[in-house]
Amino acid sequence: MTLMDIVWAAVRAAAVLVVTLGGMAYLTLFERRVVGFFQRRPGPNRVGWQGLLQPIADAVKLLFKQEIIPRNADKFVYFLAPCISLTAAFMLFAVIPIQSNFAITGIDAQTSLGLIEDVNVGLIYILAISSLGTYGVILAGWSGGSKYSFLGGLRSCSQMISYELALGLAIIPVVLYAGTFSLNGIVIAQQGFFGSLLAKPVNLIALIPIAIAGVTFVISMFAETNRNPFDLPEAENELVAGYHTEYSAMKFAMFFLGEYVSIIAAGALAATIFLGGWAGPLWFGPISGIVWFTAKTMFFLYLFVWVRATLPRFRYDQLMKFGWLVLLPVALLNVILMATLVVFGIGLTPA
Amino acid sequence: MSDTEKQLAEAEEPRTDRLIRMNMGPQHPSTHGVLRLVVELDGEEVVSCKPDIGFLHTGIEKISETRNWTKNIAHFPRLDYLSPMNNELCYCLAVEKLLEITAPRRAQYIRVLMSELTRIISHLVWLGTHAIDIGAMSVFLYCFIEREKILKFYEMIGGQRMMTAYMRIGGVAADMPDGFEDEVDKFLDEFPDRIRLYEGLLTKNPIWIKRTKDVGVISAEKAVAWGLSGPILRATGVDWDIRRDNPYLVYPELDFDIPIGENGDIYDRYLVRIEEIRQSIRICRQTLDELRKMGRGEGELDYMCRHPKYTPPKREGVQDSAEQLIHHFKYWSEGIHTPVGEAFQNIEASKGEIGFWVISDGSELPWRVKIRPPSFVNTSAFEEMVRGELFADIVATLGSIDIVLGEIDR
Repeated sequence: MTLMDIVWAAVRAAAVLVVTLGGMAYLTLFERRVVGFFQRRPGPNRVGWQGLLQPIADAVKLLFKQEIIPRNADKFVYFLAPCISLTAAFMLFAVIPIQSNFAITGIDAQTSLGLIEDVNVGLIYILAISSLGTYGVILAGWSGGSKYSFLGGLRSCSQMISYELALGLAIIPVVLYAGTFSLNGIVIAQQGFFGSLLAKPVNLIALIPIAIAGVTFVISMFAETNRNPFDLPEAENELVAGYHTEYSAMKFAMFFLGEYVSIIAAGALAATIFLGGWAGPLWFGPISGIVWFTAKTMFFLYLFVWVRATLPRFRYDQLMKFGWLVLLPVALLNVILMATLVVFGIGLTPA
Repeated sequence: MSDTEKQLAEAEEPRTDRLIRMNMGPQHPSTHGVLRLVVELDGEEVVSCKPDIGFLHTGIEKISETRNWTKNIAHFPRLDYLSPMNNELCYCLAVEKLLEITAPRRAQYIRVLMSELTRIISHLVWLGTHAIDIGAMSVFLYCFIEREKILKFYEMIGGQRMMTAYMRIGGVAADMPDGFEDEVDKFLDEFPDRIRLYEGLLTKNPIWIKRTKDVGVISAEKAVAWGLSGPILRATGVDWDIRRDNPYLVYPELDFDIPIGENGDIYDRYLVRIEEIRQSIRICRQTLDELRKMGRGEGELDYMCRHPKYTPPKREGVQDSAEQLIHHFKYWSEGIHTPVGEAFQNIEASKGEIGFWVISDGSELPWRVKIRPPSFVNTSAFEEMVRGELFADIVATLGSIDIVLGEIDR
């Protein structure tokens, strides 16, 4: 590895980081405007044209707010928790392919700023990192020294652990089909899906388990990112604000950032694994990869907001029951179904 | 130290066993105002839940003893500020009973119309806040859009959005403004669509049903024993509505159904209230028809009964005769002198039975005004409903009782 390689990696990482931060800021605006649209009110439209400067105003406000640290907080852990949350959320983007591998330079994805690193265990990496986010939540809940945040942290911990199982199992059919853990590889496999139908029409059956996996995945993602109807850890109505009740100013903002970044990551991941990521039916030059990827991610982000505006919230025990007694068995059976299909020669891997 | 104080002092002490003691409120987003709940949890299960009230004490009952009979009307809307006109109405009816006067028929119809519109706004606020407590945030805003329209009617008829003091002893403050009937009619035509919208979002929503069915249950016997009233009582299956069973105003002439539930859980309370909104629309339509038919005029067609002592004289009369002028001056400066005695009147307010017990010593000030607020009595059974339920159900149950701290603390 030369010095140039390291510089390139840093540039790619910085580019993704900046874009994600900007995307996160505007996701908050997007969410508020869309929810406003659902609720027949304008939403924030005062700061800048159509409220476009609202995220900046929010960020400035949070930066300059007074920081209040509870007296009986465990200081070190209290500081550590938001950092873990935010870092874990950002790290998810390291392996998500944004651009196709022959887009700008015609060389490969990594040199074309398309993704930071094409890891051959990308999906496993994602599962590992997203579990790390749980630590931020439970440490925050514990270190605040308040019962509300403690209960919120506990709930969140058990929720994330339960839904991670379903999440992991939902990914497996895709991996079985594509024969790789690399996200870029999965996109390429999906690109080849319709082509493979000509040679092997029976491959069409693979869509059934993949579709079930997709639904399971999206539901688990809602729970994993603590979004309505699974937003129990921060159920504002019984636990005030859940695990980040005791946080203020920028530390609160870091949780907020982390949450929205992981929402984007969830959308991007769902788009990559199930909707073909940067691949699309229409190819219009070097930027088409980014356009398709963004459009698909936006679809999922809209779904997140839509569900939030529509559904009431589950109760804690109902949520756990749903996770363990419905989602997990479905995902498990689905894995068996896909594995059976693969054994009978369906999929890209040679039987 | 009183019993409650002792219990609350105990609640402050640290515990060493496995129970967690949570202090919900008085600054908690979903205790609907400034209610404090001392909750003991075993895991997430509620072992005990003690409501601690008094944070919004305004002394309205006591203040009533220092203002004259007419001026008192102005602060009763502040009791249950979500259904202001029902409080005014009940007080006026109680005083009228004491004075042995009755409002003209037209005034009574206007009162019924406003009372039912008030029931609708109160139930809308309940539905909105209850839904947002359970996480359905859009319903909240949909409800408030419609509520705003009724508050416009308030403004048209009484000059203010909420604290109108529109009901007066012997009638109402003024007749309806021109075009009022049509505006209300227009609203009543559009409104059933909105109810369908709320119901579409909630009634068959599996998550809503899971959160509300068999939660916060209270049996019919217990509900009666605790003295509950209103939709909570009817949700348990007890068929009791003061509008029909102890009628006041012109309710016996109107045609409406009284919805009752079966299980006494949150879901039944929800269904009962939604149906009550529909019935209120029916009543409003009938009163509007009747008001149109009768027209305006003197006597029974007036908006205020014309008693020489207890109601203000007409403007024209004041300009014509010295006696009327003196009466006008005395009425507004000194107030009215009620006969010695007492009277009690209860009506079916939106949250349950509200009662006013007024006692007079013959002066222009009430000697005592005792209020029986529905929220206060309904909240007392709260622990009964949530014991053994889960922590999240506290919020759902509290929302379903539909409390207003203004009338609990008075």
